[in-house]
Amino acid sequence: MGKHVLLVEDEINIIEAIRFLLSREGWQVDTHSDGATAVDTILAMRPDLVILDYMLPGKSGLDILTEVRADPDFAKMPVLMLTARGQSRDREQAEKAGVSRFMTKPFSNTEVMTAVRDLVQLAQ
Amino acid sequence: MTSVNQLIGVSLGYVIFLFAIAYLAERAAQRGKGGWLRSPLVYTLSLSIYCTAWTFYGAVGYAARSGMEFVTIYLGPSLVMIGWWWALRKLVRIGRAQRATSVADLISARYGKSNLLAIVVTIMAVIGVTPYIALQLQSVTLSLSIFSEPGGDAPLNQLIAGFWVAFGLAIFTVLFGTRNLNANERHDGVVIAIAVEAVVKLIALLAVGIFVVWGVAGGLAPMMEQIDASPIGAWDMDRSRWVALTALSAAAFLALPRMFQVMVVENEDERHLQIASWAFPVYLLLMSLFVVPIAVVGLDLMPAGSNPDLFVLTVPLAQGQVGLATLSFLGGFSSATSMVIVATLALSTMVSNHVVMPVWLNLQGPGAQVSGDVRNVVILSRRASILMIIGLGYLYYRFSGGGSALAAMGLISFAGVAQFLPVMMGGIFWRGATRWGALAGLCVGFSVWVFCSLLPSFGPGAVLSVATFDTGLFGLSWLRPQALFGISGLDPTVHAIVWSITLNTTAFVIVSLFIFPGPLERLQGAQFVNVFDHSTQARGWDAALATSEDLLIMTQRILGATEALDLFRAEAARQGVQGHLPEPTPGFLQQLERELTGSVGAATAHAMISQLVGGASVSVQDLMAVADESAQILEYSNQLEAKSAELSRTAGKLREANAKLTALSVQKDAFLSQISHELRTPMTSIRSFSEILRDTDGLGQVEKTKYASIIHGEAIRLTRLLDDLLDLSVLENGQVNLNFETGTLSSVLEKAILTAQASGTGALDIRRRHLDEAVTLTTDLDRLTQVFINLITNAQKYCQAEQPRLVIEVRQEDGAIAVVFSDNGMPIPPAARALIFEKFARISDNDEAGAGLGLAICREIMTRLGGEISFLGGPSGNAFTVHLPTQAALAAQ
Repeated sequence: MGKHVLLVEDEINIIEAIRFLLSREGWQVDTHSDGATAVDTILAMRPDLVILDYMLPGKSGLDILTEVRADPDFAKMPVLMLTARGQSRDREQAEKAGVSRFMTKPFSNTEVMTAVRDLVQLAQ
Repeated sequence: MTSVNQLIGVSLGYVIFLFAIAYLAERAAQRGKGGWLRSPLVYTLSLSIYCTAWTFYGAVGYAARSGMEFVTIYLGPSLVMIGWWWALRKLVRIGRAQRATSVADLISARYGKSNLLAIVVTIMAVIGVTPYIALQLQSVTLSLSIFSEPGGDAPLNQLIAGFWVAFGLAIFTVLFGTRNLNANERHDGVVIAIAVEAVVKLIALLAVGIFVVWGVAGGLAPMMEQIDASPIGAWDMDRSRWVALTALSAAAFLALPRMFQVMVVENEDERHLQIASWAFPVYLLLMSLFVVPIAVVGLDLMPAGSNPDLFVLTVPLAQGQVGLATLSFLGGFSSATSMVIVATLALSTMVSNHVVMPVWLNLQGPGAQVSGDVRNVVILSRRASILMIIGLGYLYYRFSGGGSALAAMGLISFAGVAQFLPVMMGGIFWRGATRWGALAGLCVGFSVWVFCSLLPSFGPGAVLSVATFDTGLFGLSWLRPQALFGISGLDPTVHAIVWSITLNTTAFVIVSLFIFPGPLERLQGAQFVNVFDHSTQARGWDAALATSEDLLIMTQRILGATEALDLFRAEAARQGVQGHLPEPTPGFLQQLERELTGSVGAATAHAMISQLVGGASVSVQDLMAVADESAQILEYSNQLEAKSAELSRTAGKLREANAKLTALSVQKDAFLSQISHELRTPMTSIRSFSEILRDTDGLGQVEKTKYASIIHGEAIRLTRLLDDLLDLSVLENGQVNLNFETGTLSSVLEKAILTAQASGTGALDIRRRHLDEAVTLTTDLDRLTQVFINLITNAQKYCQAEQPRLVIEVRQEDGAIAVVFSDNGMPIPPAARALIFEKFARISDNDEAGAGLGLAICREIMTRLGGEISFLGGPSGNAFTVHLPTQAALAAQ
């Protein structure tokens, strides 16, 4: 394993939880909590996977995803999106924008880890 | 001696003789054997109605008073007939092509069939001819009185005699002229009767002349000597008068309504004019031949002071020639009657066609043309007009004193009718002449004539005061009737003629040049001026819309049932159509309009046919109807527009409501998303960490404690959020129970600060002025404390200054209280200020931030307490002001 994950999230407690879960399995975890600069960070880091929160200060996860997908190099990069909003419309829009997996908060730790492994494996 | 009664008997016999001739002539014409009635000779003789009693009696008087000047009255018409016959021919051609029934009709037709113009011309003609008719009354009355004097009968009361003469003439004219209504407005009987009268007056005058030359003077040579010896032989020619009077009589010859009647209306064949152009001057020559001898002998023979106007009668009488005198009387009688008959016929046609009929038709409403018996109305209105016109003549005779020289009265009339000439001649030679120009010229010329010629004729002090003669109207010296514009020294007659005609022509030309003619006017103008190019097709009717039945019904009402049916049958036969209804071809419509024009005038006939046909040409009434209709359509369209505006308003309201609903729906979605987010986020941490604690073996104590406290903190956060939501919901639904207590503001603030400091962090420096806080309040103190805690906590959380500071000030305004909380933190961006009191309006990214319900709750609480909370931004911090109302605030004792 030992893959590189970028976590874009603004809630510190959630960052703490996800970082713990991934680090334990040997993932390299970087975090970013500002929506406005998230796109640049993603493009610069080129992680193996992005975990993206939907509601972020500065720019929404949906917009970030759309911009990232606009770059051909990132068309196939696995993106796992998490949302606390609970609107079905959000899922549709995210899928349209090219999300790899869409999960609703609160999530089960096992589900998240399974999803992360699957996505990275699929991308290889 | 012949008594007056005998004379009246002779006159009656003569009248009956004339009637018989007229009757026979009309019978012959009806049987189609009247060809000879319309010979050039009869035409020429009928023109002799120019020579009225004025010429018969007046010329001798004129010669006795003013020498050879009387010749001008013969000279003018002769010059017209000889030198200007081509202009006459044009007039006749136009008159016939247009079926003009009178001067008024002709002028109206030329200027776009304007009935206004026709009315003006009619009124002017009636007024203008009135002195002329008075002249005839006067001459007949005078001649009767001559016979009464020597007989020793009771002296004839001239005014009463004048009345009976007028009455007799009126009856005579009514019987003669309006026995039936001819479609073509021709009067075969009348024409033949006046031709006979022309012969009688010529023979009478010649007889008297021959008697005077050979019976009294003793032959030609002695006569010439006597003339040379008389004052007439030594006449002095006043050039201006000669030119003016010659021109005037030429103008009058063309413009007199009765001359138009015989010359144009009664004209059967244009070629007759050619013969008349030399024959009529010959007639005039014969009529004037013995004027001077009779005048000279009369002056010699008769006692001084006798009326020279009557020499034609008095000279034979003085010589004992009663028979000759009687013949002479008949000659004068013929002159007077023929003039009165034709003049009143012409005028009554105008009055009836242009004044009475339009008024009557309008009164009858739009259906009149086909619903009433117009024929009887026409005849009745003509008879009434005849009586009125002769009545006016009598009144003039009465009020002018009956003592004027015949020639003077005649000249006034001449000058009056001569006002038509510029408009007539302009109309047939100048296409640019317009209706308004004609109207202006006529009105100006007529006004000048009334002022300078007609009114002064009653004598100074009668109508115009003596002062007006001397110093002018309104004291304006340039408005003297006999010295207009200060030009004095002219002969009054010449003065009146020159000024009236000059100003008339000037106004006519100038207004015509400045006002553009209407389409019908231009069309008619072209028809008139270019009459020789296309006199066969006067004007086109678009016949498509006319039905023959309608046309027949209308025509029957006007021409009479049989005549109309005959007309339609003839046309049907000509077209080869079975029955009596021909196709309404343009040609037939034109013919029909001509026929109707004879009865009701051009403008009215045109309007009538227009109404039935709705064709190419339109009348004023049609335009009015169209305008009416347009107005109705416009009204309807306005109503539709109003309705449409109402609909679009309703639609706008619906759209607005819809937009509001959509906005509300969006708000609701946003609110739900927000609540979901606020609830799920702490839940996420709780679930995740509780799973970690449960599933992870060998977790260190430090981690266990850390994760457990995260779960604890998030649980508290969740609880607070649920509290806030419930609180807000209760407040918003108005279900809150307020607990009013009395306390001091300082204690409320104290409690709030302590609570905030207990739960919060950091070192916020809170500054107060305790003195101002000594205010006693009666309100829900717990709720107020809640608001204050919220504001202080916000300052603790968000004031990022190095030394965070909160200043609490209390102000009393009119018994109300304002508590201001101002901090020294970063000012809230202007864009966000409007939102801070909204639910979930989180401005900051601070992790300590709540769900963003605090200020929304504060706002709800203050509203419940009857106060308000407002935000005031500043360059160096943010200030919230809490206002409390008077009812809830009591001033400190």
